[in-house]
Amino acid sequence: MTSAGGRRIGDVLLKVEDISLSFGGVRALTGVSFDIRAHEIRAIIGPNGAGKSSMLNVINGFYHPQQGKIIFKDIARTDIGPYDAASRGIARTFQNIALFRGMSTLDNIMTGRLLKMKENLFWQALYWGRAKKEEMEHRAVVERIIDFLEIQSIRKVPVGRLPYGLQKRVELGRALAMEPELLLLDEPMAGMNVEEKEDMCRFILDVNDEFGTTIALIEHDMGVVMDISDRVVVLDYGKKIADGTPDEVRGNQAVIDAYLGVKH
Amino acid sequence: MGFFVEVLFGGFLAGVLYALVALGFVLIFKASGVFNFAQGAMVLFAALSLVRLMEWMPIPVALLVSVAIMIVFALVVERLVLRPLVNQEGIILFMATIGVSYFLDGFGQTVWGSEVYTLDLGLPKEPVIILESLFEGGVLVNKFDLVAAVIAGVLVTVLAIFFQKTRIGRALRAVADDHQAAQSVGIPLRDIWVIVWSTSGIVALVAGIVWGSALGVQFSISLVALKALPVLILGGFTSVPGAIIGGLIIGAGEKLAEVYIGPTFGGGIENWFAYMLALLFLLVRPQGLFGERIIERV
Repeated sequence: MTSAGGRRIGDVLLKVEDISLSFGGVRALTGVSFDIRAHEIRAIIGPNGAGKSSMLNVINGFYHPQQGKIIFKDIARTDIGPYDAASRGIARTFQNIALFRGMSTLDNIMTGRLLKMKENLFWQALYWGRAKKEEMEHRAVVERIIDFLEIQSIRKVPVGRLPYGLQKRVELGRALAMEPELLLLDEPMAGMNVEEKEDMCRFILDVNDEFGTTIALIEHDMGVVMDISDRVVVLDYGKKIADGTPDEVRGNQAVIDAYLGVKH
Repeated sequence: MGFFVEVLFGGFLAGVLYALVALGFVLIFKASGVFNFAQGAMVLFAALSLVRLMEWMPIPVALLVSVAIMIVFALVVERLVLRPLVNQEGIILFMATIGVSYFLDGFGQTVWGSEVYTLDLGLPKEPVIILESLFEGGVLVNKFDLVAAVIAGVLVTVLAIFFQKTRIGRALRAVADDHQAAQSVGIPLRDIWVIVWSTSGIVALVAGIVWGSALGVQFSISLVALKALPVLILGGFTSVPGAIIGGLIIGAGEKLAEVYIGPTFGGGIENWFAYMLALLFLLVRPQGLFGERIIERV
């Protein structure tokens, strides 16, 4: 299976099986199963409150589902924490931008390298030479990301001062700095104008193309979703109602009903 | 002139003691964005542990055991208080530290007793006269204060290097800014918290030793924490050097004010001068002298 860009879609990288999650009496997800293949762009769509963000939170370990399995790189775990998820190669961005507001763009992206730094937290304080050299190497990686995302000019600006669109870009940069195998993007284009959306689309496609990063994204702009994703999974009221290529999903009656409403 | 310098010196040295307590606050605030109300209780608990352990074992062993106790305390706080409250608002964590504070006050006195204990680590106490060549009659200082100043200086240097020159500094600021985002980039929140609370516990032990040696180990030293508040407001909640500079300004300020403006008010202004200074500061520079600017895009 190849996509438009000629990338090779690989085997299953992540598989969620029969995931159910509830908060008290509220069921956020009910028996959801789907998979994400290596190198593909997988979209998760659905009306508001469908459980899309909850799904991402389950995948990266913020939420622990009451039922179901998450199999990442052939290892099944349900009680994985965000730290484990990050160290096994899952990075993410957030719907309501979660950047370190007081820190500069550069420092924000540098935090994405923390896991890659080998020197131990304590010993690093003593090994000046080695630690410094390591810092330089990571800095070089971060500079490449900054070039890639075309944010050179805001390198030193505290991110709290940046406009929304650029903050989203910095957040993507921080996730990329982790060199993830699976990148989860929660509404990367929400609140952007057309031009910013086009930029973001280009970055997402380039990341996928150049680094082969697998991407799972939540997005409301159907034009964008249909354009860039290889496969789409549709959630409604916490249940999966459709799964397939953009064209298949577009023609699915259940999806049309979920979005447009249906006469009862 | 000699008298002015003497008052100034006395103020600086008192300020160093405030700064020692303020340091503990800064460390925890930097790493979790939490104002740790229990810092004063930690100072008391650490000092009590040490003074009672010294009855049983040699001083160096007692010191080590006290450090171990503070590390265990950090582990317990992380497990029972911080971990269940991850991703909660700062104010909720603050309320939790009030609980920790009351618990620790009671627990410490239950285990170790609630009398006034004399802490004698053999620190020199006699007054000396210095700078005789510069001023007529020289400047009278207490050797003990000088020792305290050296201890504080060493502590601050070590902490400043540890937290600002290493990548742990970046991780700390990240955790303070946003728990969730910090976790998502793989910062081990739990480890960070244990490290910081342990360090803060050890700083509390040092502060407890210095204050305990001066005043005796008793319940009232848990109240010195209140004196650290104006220091923090002046120096900024997030700055290690700020805690020291703030301490010095507060210490010198209140002593000089007492001596020079005090008589106009009928004396006794030392007790509230620091708070008034802090209040004025809040109007002009709410982030403190060295604190991080609070940036809000509207």
